[in-house]
Amino acid sequence: MDRMPNWADAVLVPLISLLLAAILSAGVILAIGESPVDAFSLMVEGALMRSAGWGYTLYYATNFIFTGLAVSVAFHARLFNIGGEGQAMLGGLGVALVCLYIPWPHWSLAIVAGAVGAALFGALWALVPAYLQAKRGSHIVITTIMFNFIAAALLNYVLVNLLRPVGAMDPATARFPDAVHLPTFQDMFSTAATPLFRGAPANVSFFLALLACGLVWLLIWRTRLGYEIRAFGHSDSAARYAGISPVRITVVTMLISGGLAGMMAVNTTMGEAERLVMNATEGAGFIGIAVALMGRNHPIGVLLAAILFGFLYQGGAELALWTNIPRELIVVIQALVILFTGALDNMVRMPLERAFLAGRKRRA
Amino acid sequence: MDFLTLLQVLDSTVRLATPLLLACLAGLFSERAGIFDIGLEGKMLASAFFAAATAALTGSVWLGLLAGIASSMVLSAIHGLASITFRGNQLISGVAINFLAAGMTVLIAQDWFAQGGRTPSLMVGGRFEDITLPLAETLAPVPIIGPIYAELISGHSILVYVAFLCVPATWWVLFRTRFGLRLRAVGEAPEAVDTAGVSVIGLRFAAVGICGLLCGLAGAYLATGLQAGFVKDMTAGRGYIALAALIFAKWRPWYALWACLLFGLLQAVALRYQNIDLGGIVIPVQFMDALPYILTVVILAGFVGKAIPPRAGGEPYVKER
Repeated sequence: MDRMPNWADAVLVPLISLLLAAILSAGVILAIGESPVDAFSLMVEGALMRSAGWGYTLYYATNFIFTGLAVSVAFHARLFNIGGEGQAMLGGLGVALVCLYIPWPHWSLAIVAGAVGAALFGALWALVPAYLQAKRGSHIVITTIMFNFIAAALLNYVLVNLLRPVGAMDPATARFPDAVHLPTFQDMFSTAATPLFRGAPANVSFFLALLACGLVWLLIWRTRLGYEIRAFGHSDSAARYAGISPVRITVVTMLISGGLAGMMAVNTTMGEAERLVMNATEGAGFIGIAVALMGRNHPIGVLLAAILFGFLYQGGAELALWTNIPRELIVVIQALVILFTGALDNMVRMPLERAFLAGRKRRA
Repeated sequence: MDFLTLLQVLDSTVRLATPLLLACLAGLFSERAGIFDIGLEGKMLASAFFAAATAALTGSVWLGLLAGIASSMVLSAIHGLASITFRGNQLISGVAINFLAAGMTVLIAQDWFAQGGRTPSLMVGGRFEDITLPLAETLAPVPIIGPIYAELISGHSILVYVAFLCVPATWWVLFRTRFGLRLRAVGEAPEAVDTAGVSVIGLRFAAVGICGLLCGLAGAYLATGLQAGFVKDMTAGRGYIALAALIFAKWRPWYALWACLLFGLLQAVALRYQNIDLGGIVIPVQFMDALPYILTVVILAGFVGKAIPPRAGGEPYVKER
């Protein structure tokens, strides 16, 4: 055995990578003349010490769970789906059409239909890159990037020319009817005596995201399809000899991935804005990459990483509000996390592996 | 459309194609050596900021250019470290670099200038001025050729001419020098290069370094030539369009020139005309914006000839033991 134990691979490596990213981020904060300790405590104060802060943290986390799961499902088949952003945009369109054109009696029906609409549109947007990868061998990374731009242009066109209410100036749809208003955490958990989550956008779609985590876990580790996806990811030639069709796995995996990314729109469009706006995704599709990498493509890891990024997002907003640190700090932290947990993984892993092997040799 | 309008559209095509061309050639060097680079965007952005910031602080556009190139090469070094030394995933590293540049430029801009993530507008001396080529004035009255020479060929900043000269230079380096042969070989069959006793790692770092240099030129041109200063996210997807052009060009320098001119033309037309009315059918401006990406997908799908990337592209090289 020349490998390190599983726990070190699953926990220790990401933790060290995260620590490196944190140290560098602290260095960046120092360099722009602020105190990292103050900044961190302000972030904790704003994001975790009040229920409203948690309400925002979990709202963002809901987005990142969906996009993180989307990226990780694709990763299991060794496909890199950078198109989460575009798929989520199209998902928003699906939600908007469902909410605007069908009169729903109750939100519980609307959220199911909205989720289906979002997943359908998101999956549809992933279908073309998936098909091109499977049948024509065009690189899925490039095509999904291209589809992000095409999605932005398409959404722009649809919002400006087709769905914008008459007389409105900003490119957005009309407000959704009140019947599809999703209960927020405030509606659900507040009582007159103890107001909780006041004004925070976290809503019932968070539970939808938790459900998605569970279903993805079942899919990947407890179904035949999940086994085929993982087998294909490990070795496509072995999978082909075992009678697994690469075309089918590529397309199906990308449909699931796109659907998950699209479902993010239930949270942003139905849960928060209650209409479809131009930039509803706010880069969450890309954060999914960081979340999936940090969560080691496991739903529980994705959940934890998504909450961490939700905290960073909400904390970053607090920082921008109270200090001179712009929100872009979060983009830098996100970049460092992707760099250390993704691209520079071996930098942490190699010395650690060597240390473990040396330790084992001494004991033997 | 009259002749003068046509000239103006072509003139802005040349201006808009320049950053695409530089970034596209940058990607060409990197990918020919087997290193995928989707971080062109980030490198251009970083260079645009540091070029504009340095030019604003020192008043010298040449120092700005140097700073831009240096910043772009630092990011290249990170990409090289991650994808060559530590054999990480090149695509993930590229994504990280794009975000790093997007965040850091605004963060530093806010810290240095406190103008909401932009640099102050550059004055004379802080920008690359347009150069009037010799005889442009005297030839201008000559019909057809005169205006073409005076309007289209003359009157661009130095970096535009550098970019266009980079095309034959790239061709010469890649296809007529020993270094170029080895660089292409390392992208196709690194094990063969290694067997011949040439360093795969050294060649790939050289390619990534050239890529950083060219991206630096592209970014500096954006902020100090095309526009007068840096604004947040000013590359606006140009790195990805350059990547699209690279595939469109099937990783060849001369084709890259035509692909970049085509995409530059699309941008110029979209910029000049909003919605294009073709006798009843109106082409919305959004379609023009999306056209480079749609074209790339069509090319990738292999409907217009197959684009075959360098064979060892994206694969880290592991020496056999």
